[in-house]
Amino acid sequence: MSERAKPILAATWVGFLLSIPFWLDNPYLLHVLIVTGIFIIAAMSLNLLLGYAGQLSLGHVAFFGIGAYASALVSLGFKVTLFPDWVLVVEAKPVWLAMLAGMLAAGASGWFIGRIAFKVRGAYFVIVSISFVEVVRLVAVNWVELTQGPMALNNIPPLEAWGFTFLRKPANYWLVLGVAIASYVLIRRLVYSRAGRAMVALAENEPLATSVGIDVTRYLVLAAVVSATMAGAAGALYAHYVRIVDPDVFLFIYTVTMVIMVITGGKGTLAGPVVGGLIFGLLPEGLRAAAIAPEAQWIVYGVLMVLVVYFLPQGIVPALTKGRG
Amino acid sequence: MSPILRVENLLVRFGGLAAITDMSMEVREGEVLSLIGPNGAGKTTAFNAITGYLAAAKGDVIFLGKNLEGIKTSEIAALGLVRTFQKTSVFGGRSALDNVLIGLHLRARQTPLAILLGFPYVAREEKHLESEAEQVLRFVGLERRKDELASALPYGDQRLLEVAIALAAKPKLLMLDEPVSGMNPSETASFMAKLAEIRALGITVLLVEHDMKMVMGVSDRVVCLSQGRIIADGTPAQIQRDPEVIKAYLGERYRRAVG
Amino acid sequence: MDQLLQHGLNALMLGGTYALLGIGLTLIFGIMKVVNFTHGELYAFGAYMMYALVMLLGVSFFVALPLAIALGVALGALLELVLLRRLRGADIDTTMLVMIGAWIALQNAEQLAWSGVAKSISTPFPAAPLVIGPVSVAWNRVFVLVVALILIGVTYLLINKTKLGRAMRATFQDRDTAALMGVRIGNIHTATFALGSGLAAAGGALLGPVFVAYPSMGDLAAAKAFAVVILGGLGSIPGATLGGFILALVEELGAGYVSSGYRDAMGFLLIIVILLFRPTGLFARKERVG
Repeated sequence: MSERAKPILAATWVGFLLSIPFWLDNPYLLHVLIVTGIFIIAAMSLNLLLGYAGQLSLGHVAFFGIGAYASALVSLGFKVTLFPDWVLVVEAKPVWLAMLAGMLAAGASGWFIGRIAFKVRGAYFVIVSISFVEVVRLVAVNWVELTQGPMALNNIPPLEAWGFTFLRKPANYWLVLGVAIASYVLIRRLVYSRAGRAMVALAENEPLATSVGIDVTRYLVLAAVVSATMAGAAGALYAHYVRIVDPDVFLFIYTVTMVIMVITGGKGTLAGPVVGGLIFGLLPEGLRAAAIAPEAQWIVYGVLMVLVVYFLPQGIVPALTKGRG
Repeated sequence: MSPILRVENLLVRFGGLAAITDMSMEVREGEVLSLIGPNGAGKTTAFNAITGYLAAAKGDVIFLGKNLEGIKTSEIAALGLVRTFQKTSVFGGRSALDNVLIGLHLRARQTPLAILLGFPYVAREEKHLESEAEQVLRFVGLERRKDELASALPYGDQRLLEVAIALAAKPKLLMLDEPVSGMNPSETASFMAKLAEIRALGITVLLVEHDMKMVMGVSDRVVCLSQGRIIADGTPAQIQRDPEVIKAYLGERYRRAVG
Repeated sequence: MDQLLQHGLNALMLGGTYALLGIGLTLIFGIMKVVNFTHGELYAFGAYMMYALVMLLGVSFFVALPLAIALGVALGALLELVLLRRLRGADIDTTMLVMIGAWIALQNAEQLAWSGVAKSISTPFPAAPLVIGPVSVAWNRVFVLVVALILIGVTYLLINKTKLGRAMRATFQDRDTAALMGVRIGNIHTATFALGSGLAAAGGALLGPVFVAYPSMGDLAAAKAFAVVILGGLGSIPGATLGGFILALVEELGAGYVSSGYRDAMGFLLIIVILLFRPTGLFARKERVG
C-alpha cells in the first residue's frame, strides 16, 4: 500500500464511522456498536501491555472496573466510614471530573501492577494479575457501604459537556468513537517512539535492552500506567453510558474477551485489537440471530481461540499484511 | 594513562562454586585489552559481574572513579560501560535499523509525556535518530541490510549488528564477549580492522577472545584468567612466553604427559 | 477455644482437598511449565461424574468414586494429547491461550450438559455428625479427609518410588538431559497431565457430595489450587500438602474472625503478598520435584 493512500484510506474509514448514526435505524445495533467501541478501547490498552510490552497481564478488567466504579462514585457522591470516627464524604461532582478521577484511579492501580510486574515474572505474574482482579471484585461485592455491593450503583448521571447531555445513543456513539480514535493515535505515537521501542526491546530481549541503558522498571511501569489509564477511560465511558455498575464488571470472562480480541486480531500490531474487537464484539450478535444458546456461543469462542493460536499464531492482521509485503 | 576500569579482589559465586576467587586487573584508557584463559576459567562470569548482571560476593569494580556496587545494569550502561553477549544477542523480530535505533536509546531526549502529546520535537528527533542509526550501520558495513529482519541475517552479520547496537550506545568502554566466535577467517580479519577503527574513535576496548591470532593482532595488553584469578598481565609477546599461561592452557595434557 | 478447635477441624477437610488440587497443579505447572487453566474444570468434572454415576445411573457411592477419578485421568490424558502435544516448544503465552480457550469450551459444555441448577449428590453416610467432646464433625467430611490423605500418600509414592516417578522428576529437573537419557518426554507429559487432572477430579468427586455441583465451581477451585502451588513452591508435593492445609486454615480463621464475605479473597491476598516478597513462591525449591 503506497504511503499516499494510507491517510486517504484512514480518512474515508473515519468518515464512514462518523456517518453511521445518520443512516443506521436500529437502536439496538447502535448500542452494540457503542459497547463494541468501548471494548475496542480496552483491547487497545491491553495490547500495549500484552502485545508490545510483553506482560502476561490477565487482570486487565480490573482497570476497566476501577475506572467505572471510581467515575460512577465521584459523579454520584458517596459517604464511607474509614475508621471508627472518620467518615469520608465526597459530594457529587460533574461527570467530566468524575471520569478523570476514574482514569486517575485506574492509572494508580496500573502503577501498582507495573511495579509488581517488575518483581514477579512470567507465569507467576499471570497468577498475581488474576488474583488482583479477584480481590478487587470481592471488595466491590463486600464493601457495601461504598459500592452498594451486588445491588449495584444506579442512576449514574450521563456526561454533560459544552452544554450538551450525552444521553441518547448517537451522542454516546460519537463520544466513544472520539475517545477510540484518540486512543489509537496515542498508542501509535507511543509505539513509534523511543519509549515504545524500549518496551518492545524489554519484551524481546531484556538483558540486551538493559545493556544499552533501558531501565526495566521505568518502562514496565509506563506501559502499565498508560494501559491502565486508557482502560479506566473505557470503564468510565461504560459507567456513564449504561448508567449501572455492579461487581460483575470484574468477572474474569471480560478479561478473557479482551485477550481474545487482542490475540486473534494480532498482538503487537496497531490494527490488531480493532479487528479483533470488531469480530468479537459483533460475532455474538450474529450467533444470537442464529438462535444459538449463549453457552454454545462461548464454546465457539473457546474453539476459535484454540484454532487461531494453532493456525494463525500471530493473529489475523499480520497474516493479512504478510501477503502484501 | 589512567585506568578507566579497576577490578579489585573480586569474588563471584555462581552455581554454588566460586567462579572468580580473587580477580584484580585494570583497563587503561584508550587501550585494547584482551582477557584470555582456558575454557571455564570464568571470563564471561567476570563480564557479568563487572557490568552488573551478577552480584559479586566481595571486591570492587570501579569505573571512571565510581564504585559500581549495587548499580543497575541499565545505569551502568548509562555511565558509558557497554557490553555484548557471548551468545548472539539481537532483537530478532525487528529490522536491523530498529535494532540500532534501540541502541540509540540513551542518545534520545523524548519524554513519555512529550511523545503522547505529540510535541513536534519528537518527530524531529526521530528523523535525527534514523540518520544516526544509518551512520552506525554504515560503520559496520550493514547499511544495505537496514530493513531486513535481524533474525534473518546471516550469522556473521548478526554479530556485526550486535557490535553496532553496542556502539550506538556511545560507550566509553566497550566490552566484547567473544565477538568473532563462529566467524570465518575473512570475517575475522575485517573485524580486526573494524576494531582498529573503533579504537581510533577513542573508545577503550576490553575483549574476551579465544582466537589467539586475533588477540595477538589487536591487543595492546593481555591478561590471563585461570581458576578464578589473573595469572599473567603483559604485552602479547610477553604473554605468549609466560610459563604460567602455558601451564594453564596445556595443564591437563602437560600433567598427563609427565605422568 | 472450642470455636478454634472447630475451625481447625473444618480446615482439615478442606485442606486435604486443597492439597489434592495443589499437588495436581504443581506437578503440571512444574514439569510441563503450563499454566493449566483447565484444572478447575477437571475438579467440576469429577463432581459431575459423581452426580451422573450415583444419581442418574444408580452406581454405588464407593464404586462411583474411583470410577469418577479414573474418568478424570482419562480426560486429562485426552486433553494433553489433543491440545498440548502440538504446542511442545511454543512460548508460554501461546500455551496459556490454548488452555484458556479449552477452559471456556469445557465450562460451557458442562453448563449445556447439566444446566445451571446446582446438583446435590447423596452419600451413604449417616446424617448425624460425629460428636467428640465440644466439637462435631460430619461423617462425610471425615471420609473426604481420609481419602484425600490416602491419595496424597499414593501420589507421593508414585513420584518417589516408581520408575515413572523417577522419569517425571528427571524431566522436571532438566528436560533436555532427561530426553538424552531415553526418557520419552511426550509420554511423561501425558502421564503428568493425566495424573494432575485425576487429582483435581478426585477433589471434585470428594467435595461434590459434601456441598453441591454447579458449573462454575471449578473457577474458585482453580484459584485455590494456584494459591497452594505458590505457597508450597513449584513441584513440591510436601509443599503443596502443607500449603493446602495452611490455606484452608487461613480461610477458616479469616471467615470466622474477620469476615465471611472475604473468605475467598484470603487465598488471593496470600498469593499477592507472598509473591511480592518472595517472587518465586514461599518454599521454592527449584531443585527437585517430589
